[in-house]
Amino acid sequence: MSLPILPFLIPLVGAALCLAAWRSPATQRIISLSAGTLALAVSIALLVRVRGQGIQTLQLGDWPAPFGITIAVDLLAGIMTVMTALMGFCVNVYSLEGLDRDREKAGFHPLYQMLLAGVSGAFLTGDLFSLYVMFEVMLISSFALIALGAGKRQIGGAIKYVAINLFSSILFLISVGLLYRVTGTLNMAQLAVTLGDAPASGAVTTLSLLFLVAFGIKAAVFPLFFWLPDSYPTPPVPVSAIFAGLLTKVGVYALIRMFTLIFVQDPGLTHSLLLVVAGLTMVTGVLGAAAHMEVRRILSFHIISQVGYMVMGLGLFTPLGLAGSVFYLFHHIIVKTNLFLVSGLIYRLGGSFALADLGGMLRRSPGAAVLFLIPALSLAGLPPLSGFMAKFLLVKAGLEAGRPLIVAVSLLVGLLTLFSMTKIWSEVFWKPAPDPVAGVALPAPLPASWRTFALWLPSCLLAGLTVAIGLGSEWAYGLARDTAHQLLDRQGYIEAVLGRD
Amino acid sequence: MNLLIALLAGTLFAVGIYSILRRSLVKVILGFALLSHAANILIFTSGGLIRDVPPLIPLGRDRPPEIFADPLPQALVLTAIVISFGITAFLVTLIFHANRKLGTDDAASFKEDGP
Repeated sequence: MSLPILPFLIPLVGAALCLAAWRSPATQRIISLSAGTLALAVSIALLVRVRGQGIQTLQLGDWPAPFGITIAVDLLAGIMTVMTALMGFCVNVYSLEGLDRDREKAGFHPLYQMLLAGVSGAFLTGDLFSLYVMFEVMLISSFALIALGAGKRQIGGAIKYVAINLFSSILFLISVGLLYRVTGTLNMAQLAVTLGDAPASGAVTTLSLLFLVAFGIKAAVFPLFFWLPDSYPTPPVPVSAIFAGLLTKVGVYALIRMFTLIFVQDPGLTHSLLLVVAGLTMVTGVLGAAAHMEVRRILSFHIISQVGYMVMGLGLFTPLGLAGSVFYLFHHIIVKTNLFLVSGLIYRLGGSFALADLGGMLRRSPGAAVLFLIPALSLAGLPPLSGFMAKFLLVKAGLEAGRPLIVAVSLLVGLLTLFSMTKIWSEVFWKPAPDPVAGVALPAPLPASWRTFALWLPSCLLAGLTVAIGLGSEWAYGLARDTAHQLLDRQGYIEAVLGRD
Repeated sequence: MNLLIALLAGTLFAVGIYSILRRSLVKVILGFALLSHAANILIFTSGGLIRDVPPLIPLGRDRPPEIFADPLPQALVLTAIVISFGITAFLVTLIFHANRKLGTDDAASFKEDGP
């Protein structure tokens, strides 16, 4: 079977098998974990092949491009697929113990595998309409996951999430329809050929901005992000961890794909707008993080702020800027998922997500403190962790591109990110535990069993990866730089998909 | 004809967006249904409005006639209709569930911050 489609097929088949094993959550867990491991292995193999041999393509049903559906895997798609499989695996391990049994019986595993299938498919596809379909697969799975077992306090967040993401899908659909009218094709490579480098007509620029809004809602940029802090803190920890790690990044990936391959005709307008949006996103996100006092809400605002950094690299539109974006993408996926998993640990140890109710955790669990510190400091950009290199690349790219304002904004936002991370640290770990409310006992300390091991292992693995990327950032930068060059080489992508002619 | 369809799509968009912003969640569902109908009409129209010619190759020939209906937008619309059908079904269930939990379908009654 051809390698490029396997990272999509394996979770899909896993979901079907989990549905077949509906009555036995234990079997579902085994199927889910096996599918996750297999998908991880296959994605890494795919990335290695793309690194060695260039863009891999596959025409479904052997219909020639641009008439059939193309699977086109370049370095960016390969990296994102590996990240999906890795995060899918880690959160899956966490959910063995971190998810309550009722939700697991209500169909968590099939939905989870479908989510991973949709996300992988979105990265792998080379055709706009199958991107829409994959977005929908991912979206519907996420709707069901966020509403799974929702009680009175979670249903509001779920409905907001569903409504706004549904609206963004409809916007995407409209944009796709209008783009077809203007160009006559929906294959990404063919679109790149048809729209070309020529100066854009008003119609094409309008379409590019429509796509910007549609993907911007998914990616949570300013001023389209207000659904995120209201909905991400509400579902159970594994669900919010996988959402935080992957879903907004699919929107960022789509933005990068559209604005490096297809809509490059008017960078003075589109990419400058992206830069402005990036700056505003960074600032509003981090101000929101500084204002709130509940762990997951603070982390959700950080997602928004860090998405601003990724879009900044795209807006700069230079090889170094795009390399910074790509580096930031994979650094941030790891760090964000890890932080949400650690927030789950904090909840299990401390009984609450609110900063006012927590405290003294450094003494009770120094392991959790270390597991929090590593991704938190990486997010804030301290060397030698991965976040430092990511921010450094973007700052350098901004200075070289002659955009001092956005560089100043990004540095200031980095400082405020550090402030909000140390806020969480001092409130949760450093300050003495608050006097217990009468009659409410603290949760029992976690027993040392293999089940608790499932809670700690993913965080340790991801923290180790953060340190490894930070220390080995020369290698990681090499990968990011090659990805950026491949992204800017539109002709290479076109030739790989459509063949030379 | 194009003008008529454009006005139709525009009206559906307007009514749909107005309905989404209502307080009653049932109206929100109807709004989304109308919006997806409008988007589907838009995609269908993007293939050109051709009368009386199906998107098929006639019997015995190996290429379509000079003027023929573009099959790709029709396939896209079919896919989009199926997707929005699934989403509407889910949305109805979600609102029903919300109504049971909250006792009302008023969107102003959400309380968040739950783990």
